[in-house]
Amino acid sequence: MLILELYIFVLAGFVGYMVITKVPPLLHTPLMSATNAISGISLVGSLVAAGSHRGSVATILGFVAVVCATANIVGGFLITDRMLRMFKRDAKPDAGTDAARQPERR
Amino acid sequence: MIARDLATQLSYLGASVLFILGLRSLTRPELARRGMQLAAMGMLLAVCGTLINHAIVDYRWIAAGLVLGALIGYPLGMWVPTTALPQRIAMSLSFGALAATLVGVSEYNHVFNGGEGHIDAARMGALGFEVLLGSLTVTGALVAFGKLQEVLPSQPLTYRGQNLVNLLLFVGAIGLFVALIMDPTRSGAFYTMIGIAALLGVLMVLPIGGADMPVVVALLNSYCGLAAAATGFALGNSILIICGALDGVSGFLLAMLMSKAMNRSFSNVLFGAFGSTTAVAGSVGAGDAPVRSVTAEDAAIQLAYAQRVIVVPGYGMAVAQAQHQVRELAELIEKRGGEVKYAIHPVAGRMPGHMNVLLAEANVPYDRLYDMDEINGEFPQTDVVLVIGANDVVNPAARTDPSSPIYGMPILDADRAKSVIVLKRGMAAGFAGIENALFNAPATSMLFGDAKASLTKLVGEVKNA
Repeated sequence: MLILELYIFVLAGFVGYMVITKVPPLLHTPLMSATNAISGISLVGSLVAAGSHRGSVATILGFVAVVCATANIVGGFLITDRMLRMFKRDAKPDAGTDAARQPERR
Repeated sequence: MIARDLATQLSYLGASVLFILGLRSLTRPELARRGMQLAAMGMLLAVCGTLINHAIVDYRWIAAGLVLGALIGYPLGMWVPTTALPQRIAMSLSFGALAATLVGVSEYNHVFNGGEGHIDAARMGALGFEVLLGSLTVTGALVAFGKLQEVLPSQPLTYRGQNLVNLLLFVGAIGLFVALIMDPTRSGAFYTMIGIAALLGVLMVLPIGGADMPVVVALLNSYCGLAAAATGFALGNSILIICGALDGVSGFLLAMLMSKAMNRSFSNVLFGAFGSTTAVAGSVGAGDAPVRSVTAEDAAIQLAYAQRVIVVPGYGMAVAQAQHQVRELAELIEKRGGEVKYAIHPVAGRMPGHMNVLLAEANVPYDRLYDMDEINGEFPQTDVVLVIGANDVVNPAARTDPSSPIYGMPILDADRAKSVIVLKRGMAAGFAGIENALFNAPATSMLFGDAKASLTKLVGEVKNA
């Protein structure tokens, strides 16, 4: 079982590497807040801990974890969206040569 | 029962695909928003898929946690100003790591209190790794938050033997970790290890100065992801492993980029020796050429008749919240027929991409924002460079003076432009404590004062010019 999990980890890491090296510096802050929001996925572990009747200690720890993870998910996705909404291209037609510039820059 | 498990697994698979598509969309600014909305749907899918899990029997605490979390998350998402983004990210790293750590502790606690009663070495290893990295990140990110929020002094706090103390603590934590893998029932060792890791998190970030925070925040982001991945290993949960790996790689790549942009080796970053090179005092001579100060009127005339202008923003612009005035000035210059571009150094500001977000907020079109490599060749043809609250990233000593602490750091070649106007509060040295030869250069004139006030004056003068 462990070897299967290692496969997943390493391959996911490669996918991440391929994708994230292509993110332009322009969007590095949204990238950080986006990965922050996605790391809120530990909520799925917290949910099981909080709702499985494993005694009061596990329930309370799980509850706090649910709060933290949810705050990250909600706050993370909202702030990423808020930032991305701000990024606009030049609407003016006389933007000159820059308008033709590819937004995809390494 | 089996159908339910399958549904959960399928929801995780769907969510993983949506997350990867969401991150991929960040390679194109015009697609990014839509892509991240897809990722948010993926998160909802994964949560719903988990809620049907048969192990969950009581939904009261879950509901309470979700509601409370959303109540905390909403203001963190909608109300935090863009200038406070770095500390906001640091705080959420602390939250994320705390969630991972608590899940680990809860899992460990469960195994010996009503659970199976035993745990194999591999799973104990994953759990140990999770709480070790998790608790280190919780406190490390809190200290980073304190420094960025300036609750804690942003200067490096150093004392003799600091690295030795950290090393000893690290070795101690690893020793306990190994002992736990050999005998997982030693709960004392488990909790002591968490305590030591938490202490280490504080001690590792305290000696790091404010301007080095981009690297620290990115690195903590990576640790937070790795802790989540370890949670996945411990619980046998594939989506946690996938997200943890994505997060870990992202943070690691950003940290590498940032340290490269500051010409620090990555091992220097990993072993927490930041700030040690910055202790070098500012006696590095910049010559005794006089500094030429200029009035807003004269600077405005220069700008009003310039054909090509490049703005170099730095942390000082964020502190003064002057981004809106910058855009206003740029629009005036453009109306008069000039061209304005923005040169963004990778470590300008307090986190990766910080300047881009600030300028985007002020409605500067993103196709006017240029990376260092793209724009460095254009400085010689530039009439006026406007440096706003930036210092070390335009210091030519990095190129010319081998004795300078920042020698070798890639910089924006502002000194090659026909003329330079530097907006600065006073003659204080930059973060690295080094004098900046650019300020004494014959083509440079200094406009002293608060960046926002100076820019407001410039806007008024250019209007009348």
